[in-house]
Amino acid sequence: MHERIIIAGFGGQGVIMAGKLLCIAAMNEKKYVSHIPSYGAEMRGGTANCSVVISDKEIGSPTVPKPTIVVVLNTPSLTKFEPIVQPGGLLIYNSSLIDRKPERTDITVIDLKANDISEAEGSTRAANMAAIGKLIALKPDIASLDSVIKALEVAISARNRKHNDVNIKVLTAAYNQ
Amino acid sequence: MSGQILMKGNEALGEAAIIAGCRFYFGYPITPQNEIPAYMSRRLPEEGGTFLQAESEIAAINMVFGAAAAGARVMTSSSSPGMSLKQEGLTYIAGAELPCVVVNIMRGGPGLGNIAGSQGDYFQSTRGGGNGDYRNIVLTPATVQEMADLTVLAFDLADKYRIAVLVLGDGYLGQISEALTLPKPTGKVFEKPWALTGAKGRKPNKIASLRLVPETSLEELNLVLDEKYKEISASECMHESYLTDDADFLLVAYGTSSRICREAVTELRAEGIKVGLFRLITAWPFPAAALQKAAVNAKNILTVEMSLGQMIEDVKLSVKDPEKVDFYGRSGGMLPETDEIKRRIKAYGN
Repeated sequence: MHERIIIAGFGGQGVIMAGKLLCIAAMNEKKYVSHIPSYGAEMRGGTANCSVVISDKEIGSPTVPKPTIVVVLNTPSLTKFEPIVQPGGLLIYNSSLIDRKPERTDITVIDLKANDISEAEGSTRAANMAAIGKLIALKPDIASLDSVIKALEVAISARNRKHNDVNIKVLTAAYNQ
Repeated sequence: MSGQILMKGNEALGEAAIIAGCRFYFGYPITPQNEIPAYMSRRLPEEGGTFLQAESEIAAINMVFGAAAAGARVMTSSSSPGMSLKQEGLTYIAGAELPCVVVNIMRGGPGLGNIAGSQGDYFQSTRGGGNGDYRNIVLTPATVQEMADLTVLAFDLADKYRIAVLVLGDGYLGQISEALTLPKPTGKVFEKPWALTGAKGRKPNKIASLRLVPETSLEELNLVLDEKYKEISASECMHESYLTDDADFLLVAYGTSSRICREAVTELRAEGIKVGLFRLITAWPFPAAALQKAAVNAKNILTVEMSLGQMIEDVKLSVKDPEKVDFYGRSGGMLPETDEIKRRIKAYGN
Protein backbone atom coordinates (compact mmCIF):
# COMPACT_ATOMS: atom_id res chain seq x y z
CA MET A 1 0.00 0.00 0.00
CA HIS A 2 1.38 3.34 -1.04
CA GLU A 3 -1.10 6.19 -1.47
CA ARG A 4 -0.16 9.71 -2.44
CA ILE A 5 -3.04 11.98 -1.55
CA ILE A 6 -3.90 15.63 -2.11
CA ILE A 7 -6.78 17.18 -0.17
CA ALA A 8 -7.74 20.65 -1.36
CA GLY A 9 -10.36 23.30 -0.82
CA PHE A 10 -10.97 26.80 0.51
CA GLY A 11 -9.07 27.98 3.54
CA GLY A 12 -11.40 27.18 6.45
CA GLN A 13 -12.87 23.99 5.00
CA GLY A 14 -10.48 22.01 7.16
CA VAL A 15 -8.44 20.32 4.46
CA ILE A 16 -5.17 20.56 6.42
CA MET A 17 -6.87 19.05 9.47
CA ALA A 18 -8.46 16.33 7.33
CA GLY A 19 -5.00 15.31 6.15
CA LYS A 20 -3.67 15.21 9.70
CA LEU A 21 -6.66 13.13 10.81
CA LEU A 22 -5.90 10.54 8.11
CA CYS A 23 -2.21 10.51 9.12
CA ILE A 24 -2.89 9.98 12.81
CA ALA A 25 -5.37 7.18 12.08
CA ALA A 26 -2.95 5.44 9.70
CA MET A 27 0.02 6.02 12.05
CA ASN A 28 -1.88 4.25 14.81
CA GLU A 29 -2.37 1.35 12.40
CA LYS A 30 1.45 1.22 12.15
CA LYS A 31 1.79 2.70 8.69
CA TYR A 32 4.33 5.28 7.60
CA VAL A 33 2.74 8.69 7.15
CA SER A 34 3.76 12.16 6.07
CA HIS A 35 1.77 15.38 5.83
CA ILE A 36 2.91 18.67 4.40
CA PRO A 37 0.68 21.72 3.94
CA SER A 38 0.94 24.00 0.98
CA TYR A 39 2.42 27.19 2.31
CA GLY A 40 3.35 30.48 0.82
CA ALA A 41 1.79 32.91 -1.57
CA GLU A 42 -0.94 30.52 -2.71
CA MET A 43 -2.39 30.37 0.82
CA ARG A 44 -3.13 34.06 0.78
CA GLY A 45 -5.40 33.64 -2.23
CA GLY A 46 -7.88 31.59 -0.23
CA THR A 47 -7.21 28.04 -1.39
CA ALA A 48 -5.45 25.50 0.79
CA ASN A 49 -4.19 22.01 0.22
CA CYS A 50 -2.08 19.38 1.87
CA SER A 51 -0.04 16.49 0.53
CA VAL A 52 -0.33 13.24 2.46
CA VAL A 53 1.60 10.02 1.88
CA ILE A 54 0.50 6.81 3.59
CA SER A 55 2.60 3.75 2.96
CA ASP A 56 3.81 0.37 4.16
CA LYS A 57 7.34 1.59 3.38
CA GLU A 58 9.44 4.52 4.52
CA ILE A 59 8.45 7.72 2.78
CA GLY A 60 10.89 9.56 0.53
CA SER A 61 9.60 12.79 -0.90
CA PRO A 62 6.83 14.37 1.17
CA THR A 63 5.51 16.25 -1.85
CA VAL A 64 2.91 14.73 -4.15
CA PRO A 65 3.35 15.79 -7.77
CA LYS A 66 1.58 12.62 -9.00
CA PRO A 67 -1.30 11.81 -6.61
CA THR A 68 -3.05 8.46 -6.58
CA ILE A 69 -5.96 10.09 -4.73
CA VAL A 70 -7.29 13.64 -4.95
CA VAL A 71 -10.06 15.03 -2.76
CA VAL A 72 -11.37 18.45 -3.83
CA LEU A 73 -13.90 20.46 -1.88
CA ASN A 74 -14.19 23.47 -4.20
CA THR A 75 -14.09 24.34 -7.91
CA PRO A 76 -10.63 25.99 -8.09
CA SER A 77 -9.14 22.85 -6.51
CA LEU A 78 -10.84 20.61 -9.06
CA THR A 79 -9.42 22.75 -11.87
CA LYS A 80 -5.95 22.63 -10.35
CA PHE A 81 -5.68 18.97 -9.35
CA GLU A 82 -7.91 16.97 -11.74
CA PRO A 83 -5.21 16.96 -14.45
CA ILE A 84 -2.52 15.46 -12.21
CA VAL A 85 -4.38 12.44 -10.80
CA GLN A 86 -2.46 9.34 -11.83
CA PRO A 87 -4.26 7.24 -14.47
CA GLY A 88 -6.28 4.64 -12.60
CA GLY A 89 -6.37 6.92 -9.56
CA LEU A 90 -9.28 8.22 -7.52
CA LEU A 91 -10.90 11.66 -7.57
CA ILE A 92 -13.51 12.56 -4.95
CA TYR A 93 -15.20 15.88 -5.64
CA ASN A 94 -17.60 17.84 -3.50
CA SER A 95 -20.62 18.22 -5.74
CA SER A 96 -22.39 20.32 -3.10
CA LEU A 97 -20.14 23.22 -4.10
CA ILE A 98 -18.67 22.18 -7.46
CA ASP A 99 -21.16 22.71 -10.24
CA ARG A 100 -19.32 21.01 -13.07
CA LYS A 101 -18.42 17.40 -13.60
CA PRO A 102 -14.80 16.24 -13.82
CA GLU A 103 -13.72 15.44 -17.37
CA ARG A 104 -11.23 12.60 -16.84
CA THR A 105 -12.35 9.16 -17.99
CA ASP A 106 -9.18 7.23 -17.04
CA ILE A 107 -9.72 7.58 -13.29
CA THR A 108 -12.42 6.69 -10.80
CA VAL A 109 -14.55 9.76 -10.16
CA ILE A 110 -16.72 9.88 -7.06
CA ASP A 111 -19.49 12.45 -6.74
CA LEU A 112 -19.86 13.30 -3.05
CA LYS A 113 -22.31 15.87 -1.73
CA ALA A 114 -20.05 16.61 1.20
CA ASN A 115 -21.75 19.77 2.45
CA ASP A 116 -25.22 18.22 2.10
CA ILE A 117 -24.16 15.19 4.15
CA SER A 118 -22.63 17.47 6.77
CA GLU A 119 -25.76 19.61 7.01
CA ALA A 120 -28.03 16.58 7.20
CA GLU A 121 -26.08 15.44 10.26
CA GLY A 122 -26.32 18.82 11.94
CA SER A 123 -23.23 20.83 10.96
CA THR A 124 -22.54 23.30 8.18
CA ARG A 125 -18.81 22.91 8.67
CA ALA A 126 -17.95 19.22 8.50
CA ALA A 127 -17.68 18.66 4.73
CA ASN A 128 -14.08 17.63 5.35
CA MET A 129 -15.30 14.81 7.59
CA ALA A 130 -17.67 13.62 4.87
CA ALA A 131 -14.76 13.53 2.43
CA ILE A 132 -12.60 11.50 4.80
CA GLY A 133 -15.45 9.11 5.60
CA LYS A 134 -16.01 8.45 1.90
CA LEU A 135 -12.28 8.14 1.20
CA ILE A 136 -11.66 5.43 3.80
CA ALA A 137 -14.78 3.57 2.69
CA LEU A 138 -13.30 3.40 -0.81
CA LYS A 139 -9.71 2.79 0.38
CA PRO A 140 -9.98 0.75 3.58
CA ASP A 141 -6.22 0.00 3.50
CA ILE A 142 -5.50 3.59 4.56
CA ALA A 143 -7.29 3.36 7.91
CA SER A 144 -10.46 1.91 9.40
CA LEU A 145 -13.43 4.06 10.38
CA ASP A 146 -12.74 3.10 13.96
CA SER A 147 -9.15 4.38 13.75
CA VAL A 148 -10.30 7.65 12.21
CA ILE A 149 -12.91 8.16 14.93
CA LYS A 150 -10.26 7.49 17.60
CA ALA A 151 -7.84 9.87 15.86
CA LEU A 152 -10.36 12.70 16.24
CA GLU A 153 -9.48 12.90 19.93
CA VAL A 154 -5.92 13.87 19.02
CA ALA A 155 -6.41 15.67 15.71
CA ILE A 156 -9.05 18.13 16.90
CA SER A 157 -7.89 20.97 19.12
CA ALA A 158 -9.30 21.06 22.65
CA ARG A 159 -11.54 24.02 21.92
CA ASN A 160 -13.18 22.26 18.96
CA ARG A 161 -13.49 18.83 20.52
CA LYS A 162 -17.08 19.59 21.47
CA HIS A 163 -17.94 19.14 17.79
CA ASN A 164 -16.66 15.59 17.72
CA ASP A 165 -20.08 13.99 18.15
CA VAL A 166 -21.29 15.58 14.96
CA ASN A 167 -17.93 14.92 13.27
CA ILE A 168 -18.39 11.22 13.98
CA LYS A 169 -21.93 11.32 12.62
CA VAL A 170 -20.79 12.95 9.38
CA LEU A 171 -17.83 10.58 9.00
CA THR A 172 -20.08 7.58 9.52
CA ALA A 173 -22.85 8.83 7.23
CA ALA A 174 -20.43 9.39 4.35
CA TYR A 175 -18.67 6.10 5.08
CA ASN A 176 -21.94 4.18 4.81
CA GLN A 177 -23.29 6.05 1.81
CA MET B 1 5.03 2.11 17.53
CA SER B 2 3.15 2.97 20.72
CA GLY B 3 3.89 6.38 22.14
CA GLN B 4 4.13 7.91 18.71
CA ILE B 5 2.61 11.27 17.99
CA LEU B 6 2.17 13.14 14.73
CA MET B 7 4.26 16.29 14.90
CA LYS B 8 5.54 18.95 12.53
CA GLY B 9 9.32 19.05 12.08
CA ASN B 10 9.74 22.58 13.40
CA GLU B 11 7.66 21.85 16.50
CA ALA B 12 9.43 18.55 17.15
CA LEU B 13 12.70 20.45 17.09
CA GLY B 14 11.34 23.00 19.57
CA GLU B 15 10.10 20.36 21.99
CA ALA B 16 13.41 18.49 21.71
CA ALA B 17 15.28 21.67 22.65
CA ILE B 18 13.16 21.96 25.79
CA ILE B 19 13.74 18.28 26.58
CA ALA B 20 17.48 18.96 26.23
CA GLY B 21 17.25 21.70 28.84
CA CYS B 22 17.14 24.76 26.60
CA ARG B 23 15.56 27.55 28.64
CA PHE B 24 16.47 30.55 26.50
CA TYR B 25 15.36 31.21 22.95
CA PHE B 26 15.96 34.39 20.98
CA GLY B 27 14.85 34.78 17.39
CA TYR B 28 13.33 36.85 14.66
CA PRO B 29 10.55 35.47 12.43
CA ILE B 30 11.15 34.13 8.94
CA THR B 31 9.36 31.47 6.89
CA PRO B 32 9.69 28.43 6.76
CA GLN B 33 10.83 28.12 10.38
CA ASN B 34 8.20 30.27 12.13
CA GLU B 35 6.70 27.32 13.98
CA ILE B 36 9.92 27.13 16.03
CA PRO B 37 9.63 30.57 17.65
CA ALA B 38 5.85 30.18 17.86
CA TYR B 39 6.28 26.89 19.69
CA MET B 40 9.01 28.23 21.98
CA SER B 41 6.94 31.32 22.80
CA ARG B 42 4.18 29.05 24.07
CA ARG B 43 6.27 26.36 25.76
CA LEU B 44 9.26 28.16 27.30
CA PRO B 45 7.21 30.24 29.78
CA GLU B 46 5.55 26.98 30.93
CA GLU B 47 9.02 25.63 31.71
CA GLY B 48 10.21 28.76 33.49
CA GLY B 49 12.32 29.73 30.49
CA THR B 50 12.68 32.93 28.50
CA PHE B 51 11.41 33.51 24.99
CA LEU B 52 12.27 36.81 23.41
CA GLN B 53 11.48 38.00 19.93
CA ALA B 54 14.45 40.17 19.09
CA GLU B 55 14.35 43.25 16.87
CA SER B 56 16.52 41.51 14.27
CA GLU B 57 18.46 38.34 13.57
CA ILE B 58 21.64 40.17 14.54
CA ALA B 59 20.22 41.12 17.91
CA ALA B 60 19.00 37.55 18.45
CA ILE B 61 22.40 35.92 17.84
CA ASN B 62 24.06 38.42 20.17
CA MET B 63 21.50 37.63 22.86
CA VAL B 64 22.52 34.00 22.32
CA PHE B 65 26.13 35.09 22.86
CA GLY B 66 25.14 36.66 26.17
CA ALA B 67 23.10 33.75 27.48
CA ALA B 68 25.78 31.25 26.40
CA ALA B 69 28.47 33.35 28.15
CA ALA B 70 26.38 33.11 31.32
CA GLY B 71 26.40 29.32 30.99
CA ALA B 72 22.79 28.81 29.86
CA ARG B 73 21.53 26.34 27.30
CA VAL B 74 20.35 28.65 24.54
CA MET B 75 19.05 28.40 20.99
CA THR B 76 18.15 30.59 18.07
CA SER B 77 16.68 29.62 14.74
CA SER B 78 16.27 31.23 11.37
CA SER B 79 16.19 30.52 7.66
CA SER B 80 18.76 31.26 4.99
CA PRO B 81 18.66 35.08 4.57
CA GLY B 82 18.35 35.41 8.34
CA MET B 83 21.34 33.11 8.78
CA SER B 84 23.43 35.43 6.63
CA LEU B 85 22.71 38.16 9.18
CA LYS B 86 23.75 35.91 12.06
CA GLN B 87 27.21 35.16 10.69
CA GLU B 88 28.91 38.02 12.54
CA GLY B 89 27.58 36.75 15.85
CA LEU B 90 28.56 33.19 14.97
CA THR B 91 32.19 34.05 14.34
CA TYR B 92 32.32 36.01 17.62
CA ILE B 93 30.81 32.96 19.35
CA ALA B 94 33.52 30.79 17.77
CA GLY B 95 36.23 33.18 18.92
CA ALA B 96 34.82 33.28 22.44
CA GLU B 97 34.30 29.48 22.46
CA LEU B 98 30.67 29.64 23.52
CA PRO B 99 28.26 26.70 23.33
CA CYS B 100 24.91 27.25 21.62
CA VAL B 101 22.51 25.65 19.17
CA VAL B 102 21.60 27.47 15.98
CA VAL B 103 18.94 26.12 13.65
CA ASN B 104 18.81 26.90 9.94
CA ILE B 105 15.69 25.72 8.14
CA MET B 106 17.02 26.45 4.68
CA ARG B 107 15.01 28.11 1.93
CA GLY B 108 15.84 28.97 -1.65
CA GLY B 109 18.45 31.64 -2.38
CA PRO B 110 20.49 33.64 -3.12
CA GLY B 111 19.11 36.81 -1.62
CA LEU B 112 15.59 36.69 -0.24
CA GLY B 113 14.97 33.88 -2.74
CA ASN B 114 11.75 32.08 -1.93
CA ILE B 115 10.25 30.19 1.01
CA ALA B 116 10.52 26.61 -0.27
CA GLY B 117 13.03 24.13 1.11
CA SER B 118 16.56 24.15 -0.29
CA GLN B 119 20.08 22.99 0.56
CA GLY B 120 21.84 26.05 -0.76
CA ASP B 121 23.57 26.93 2.53
CA TYR B 122 25.94 23.94 2.71
CA PHE B 123 29.00 26.08 1.98
CA GLN B 124 27.93 28.76 4.44
CA SER B 125 27.27 26.18 7.16
CA THR B 126 30.31 23.94 6.78
CA ARG B 127 32.94 26.58 6.02
CA GLY B 128 32.28 28.71 9.06
CA GLY B 129 30.20 31.36 7.35
CA GLY B 130 31.73 34.38 9.07
CA ASN B 131 35.28 35.68 9.10
CA GLY B 132 38.31 33.94 10.49
CA ASP B 133 39.61 30.44 11.06
CA TYR B 134 36.73 28.51 12.59
CA ARG B 135 34.21 25.71 12.19
CA ASN B 136 30.76 24.90 13.53
CA ILE B 137 29.46 21.40 14.02
CA VAL B 138 26.70 20.83 11.44
CA LEU B 139 24.00 18.19 11.98
CA THR B 140 21.72 17.27 9.07
CA PRO B 141 18.42 15.62 10.02
CA ALA B 142 16.40 13.76 7.38
CA THR B 143 13.18 13.00 9.28
CA VAL B 144 11.01 14.61 11.93
CA GLN B 145 12.40 12.04 14.36
CA GLU B 146 15.93 13.24 13.61
CA MET B 147 14.89 16.89 13.84
CA ALA B 148 14.17 16.03 17.48
CA ASP B 149 16.96 13.52 18.21
CA LEU B 150 19.76 15.56 16.64
CA THR B 151 18.62 18.69 18.47
CA VAL B 152 19.03 16.89 21.80
CA LEU B 153 22.49 15.75 20.66
CA ALA B 154 23.34 19.28 19.49
CA PHE B 155 23.08 20.69 23.03
CA ASP B 156 25.45 18.04 24.42
CA LEU B 157 27.98 18.53 21.61
CA ALA B 158 27.84 22.31 22.08
CA ASP B 159 28.59 22.04 25.80
CA LYS B 160 31.18 19.29 25.36
CA TYR B 161 33.28 21.31 22.90
CA ARG B 162 32.22 24.90 23.69
CA ILE B 163 31.12 25.34 20.11
CA ALA B 164 28.11 26.47 18.10
CA VAL B 165 26.21 23.48 16.72
CA LEU B 166 24.08 24.08 13.65
CA VAL B 167 21.02 21.96 13.03
CA LEU B 168 20.72 22.23 9.26
CA GLY B 169 17.24 21.35 8.04
CA ASP B 170 15.24 22.65 5.12
CA GLY B 171 11.76 24.00 4.53
CA TYR B 172 10.36 20.56 3.74
CA LEU B 173 11.66 19.08 6.99
CA GLY B 174 10.35 22.09 8.88
CA GLN B 175 6.84 21.79 7.45
CA ILE B 176 6.39 18.03 7.24
CA SER B 177 4.45 16.17 9.93
CA GLU B 178 5.50 12.59 10.66
CA ALA B 179 5.35 10.04 13.43
CA LEU B 180 7.59 11.01 16.33
CA THR B 181 8.70 9.32 19.52
CA LEU B 182 9.76 12.15 21.80
CA PRO B 183 13.43 11.85 22.76
CA LYS B 184 14.54 11.55 26.37
CA PRO B 185 16.99 13.87 28.12
CA THR B 186 20.52 12.44 27.98
CA GLY B 187 21.18 13.41 31.60
CA LYS B 188 24.72 14.51 30.78
CA VAL B 189 26.00 17.36 32.92
CA PHE B 190 28.69 19.73 31.70
CA GLU B 191 30.54 21.89 34.18
CA LYS B 192 31.09 25.44 32.94
CA PRO B 193 33.80 26.96 35.16
CA TRP B 194 34.50 29.53 32.43
CA ALA B 195 30.98 30.99 32.50
CA LEU B 196 30.15 34.51 33.67
CA THR B 197 28.20 33.64 36.79
CA GLY B 198 29.35 36.40 39.16
CA ALA B 199 32.96 36.42 40.39
CA LYS B 200 32.35 36.38 44.13
CA GLY B 201 35.11 34.36 45.76
CA ARG B 202 36.98 33.64 42.55
CA LYS B 203 38.99 35.38 39.88
CA PRO B 204 36.81 37.05 37.23
CA ASN B 205 36.25 35.11 34.02
CA LYS B 206 36.71 36.94 30.74
CA ILE B 207 34.92 36.09 27.51
CA ALA B 208 36.01 37.94 24.38
CA SER B 209 36.99 37.37 20.78
CA LEU B 210 39.40 40.34 20.58
CA ARG B 211 43.04 39.36 21.18
CA LEU B 212 45.40 42.20 20.29
CA VAL B 213 48.16 41.70 22.86
CA PRO B 214 50.51 40.01 23.09
CA GLU B 215 50.90 39.69 19.34
CA THR B 216 51.03 35.89 19.50
CA SER B 217 47.83 35.50 21.52
CA LEU B 218 45.45 35.20 18.58
CA GLU B 219 47.52 32.51 16.95
CA GLU B 220 47.52 30.69 20.29
CA LEU B 221 43.71 30.77 20.25
CA ASN B 222 43.65 29.62 16.62
CA LEU B 223 45.85 26.66 17.53
CA VAL B 224 43.64 25.77 20.48
CA LEU B 225 40.60 25.92 18.21
CA ASP B 226 42.44 23.85 15.61
CA GLU B 227 43.13 21.13 18.18
CA LYS B 228 39.46 21.17 19.13
CA TYR B 229 38.34 20.89 15.50
CA LYS B 230 40.74 17.99 14.96
CA GLU B 231 39.34 16.22 18.00
CA ILE B 232 35.78 16.75 16.77
CA SER B 233 36.74 15.50 13.30
CA ALA B 234 38.24 12.37 14.84
CA SER B 235 35.38 11.67 17.25
CA GLU B 236 32.08 13.04 16.02
CA CYS B 237 31.61 12.10 12.35
CA MET B 238 28.21 10.53 11.78
CA HIS B 239 26.70 8.92 8.73
CA GLU B 240 24.28 6.18 7.68
CA SER B 241 25.10 3.56 5.09
CA TYR B 242 22.10 2.01 3.35
CA LEU B 243 22.82 -1.06 1.22
CA THR B 244 26.33 0.13 0.35
CA ASP B 245 28.29 -3.09 0.98
CA ASP B 246 27.75 -4.67 -2.44
CA ALA B 247 26.84 -1.49 -4.32
CA ASP B 248 28.04 -0.94 -7.87
CA PHE B 249 26.62 2.55 -7.70
CA LEU B 250 26.63 4.89 -4.73
CA LEU B 251 24.32 7.81 -4.00
CA VAL B 252 25.55 10.47 -1.58
CA ALA B 253 23.08 12.88 -0.03
CA TYR B 254 21.80 14.39 3.22
CA GLY B 255 18.52 15.72 4.59
CA THR B 256 15.46 15.76 2.34
CA SER B 257 17.49 14.76 -0.75
CA SER B 258 18.61 11.61 1.05
CA ARG B 259 14.99 10.55 1.57
CA ILE B 260 14.38 10.74 -2.16
CA CYS B 261 17.63 8.83 -2.80
CA ARG B 262 16.57 6.13 -0.37
CA GLU B 263 13.32 5.67 -2.26
CA ALA B 264 15.29 5.42 -5.51
CA VAL B 265 17.61 2.80 -3.94
CA THR B 266 14.65 0.68 -2.83
CA GLU B 267 13.04 0.85 -6.28
CA LEU B 268 16.30 0.16 -8.15
CA ARG B 269 17.14 -2.76 -5.86
CA ALA B 270 13.72 -4.24 -6.70
CA GLU B 271 14.89 -4.21 -10.33
CA GLY B 272 18.12 -5.98 -9.36
CA ILE B 273 20.40 -2.95 -9.65
CA LYS B 274 23.02 -2.82 -6.91
CA VAL B 275 22.85 0.72 -5.64
CA GLY B 276 23.39 2.08 -2.16
CA LEU B 277 23.09 5.34 -0.27
CA PHE B 278 25.67 7.08 1.88
CA ARG B 279 23.86 9.67 3.98
CA LEU B 280 25.60 12.39 5.96
CA ILE B 281 24.38 12.99 9.49
CA THR B 282 27.22 15.42 10.21
CA ALA B 283 28.10 17.73 7.32
CA TRP B 284 30.95 19.10 9.44
CA PRO B 285 32.86 17.13 10.48
CA PHE B 286 32.45 15.46 7.09
CA PRO B 287 32.55 11.64 7.39
CA ALA B 288 35.32 11.41 4.80
CA ALA B 289 36.95 8.15 5.91
CA ALA B 290 33.63 6.30 6.03
CA LEU B 291 32.65 7.64 2.62
CA GLN B 292 35.99 6.61 1.12
CA LYS B 293 35.41 3.10 2.43
CA ALA B 294 31.80 2.94 1.21
CA ALA B 295 32.83 4.19 -2.22
CA VAL B 296 35.78 1.89 -2.78
CA ASN B 297 33.94 -0.60 -4.98
CA ALA B 298 31.47 1.77 -6.57
CA LYS B 299 31.79 2.26 -10.31
CA ASN B 300 29.93 5.57 -10.17
CA ILE B 301 29.06 7.96 -7.37
CA LEU B 302 26.07 10.26 -7.80
CA THR B 303 25.86 13.21 -5.43
CA VAL B 304 22.28 14.46 -5.06
CA GLU B 305 21.56 17.87 -3.58
CA MET B 306 18.93 20.57 -3.43
CA SER B 307 21.52 23.01 -4.74
CA LEU B 308 23.61 23.18 -7.88
CA GLY B 309 26.57 21.46 -6.29
CA GLN B 310 28.08 22.22 -2.87
CA MET B 311 28.49 18.99 -0.86
CA ILE B 312 29.94 17.43 -4.01
CA GLU B 313 33.22 19.24 -3.27
CA ASP B 314 33.57 17.36 0.02
CA VAL B 315 32.61 14.12 -1.71
CA LYS B 316 35.35 14.63 -4.31
CA LEU B 317 37.89 15.41 -1.57
CA SER B 318 36.96 12.19 0.26
CA VAL B 319 36.94 9.48 -2.38
CA LYS B 320 40.02 7.97 -3.97
CA ASP B 321 38.88 8.61 -7.53
CA PRO B 322 37.07 11.97 -7.85
CA GLU B 323 36.54 11.27 -11.56
CA LYS B 324 33.80 8.83 -10.57
CA VAL B 325 31.79 11.54 -8.82
CA ASP B 326 28.77 12.82 -10.73
CA PHE B 327 26.09 15.33 -9.77
CA TYR B 328 22.32 15.76 -9.88
CA GLY B 329 20.72 18.70 -8.16
CA ARG B 330 17.63 20.87 -8.17
CA SER B 331 17.63 24.35 -6.71
CA GLY B 332 15.40 27.28 -5.87
CA GLY B 333 13.01 25.22 -3.78
CA MET B 334 12.60 22.35 -6.24
CA LEU B 335 13.12 18.72 -5.20
CA PRO B 336 15.23 16.08 -6.95
CA GLU B 337 13.01 13.43 -8.55
CA THR B 338 13.19 9.71 -7.86
CA ASP B 339 12.68 8.88 -11.55
CA GLU B 340 15.58 11.10 -12.61
CA ILE B 341 17.90 9.48 -10.06
CA LYS B 342 16.85 6.06 -11.36
CA ARG B 343 17.38 7.12 -14.97
CA ARG B 344 20.90 8.33 -14.24
CA ILE B 345 21.90 5.22 -12.32
CA LYS B 346 20.58 3.02 -15.12
CA ALA B 347 22.52 5.09 -17.65
CA TYR B 348 25.78 4.25 -15.84
CA GLY B 349 25.03 0.57 -16.32
CA ASN B 350 24.97 0.83 -20.10
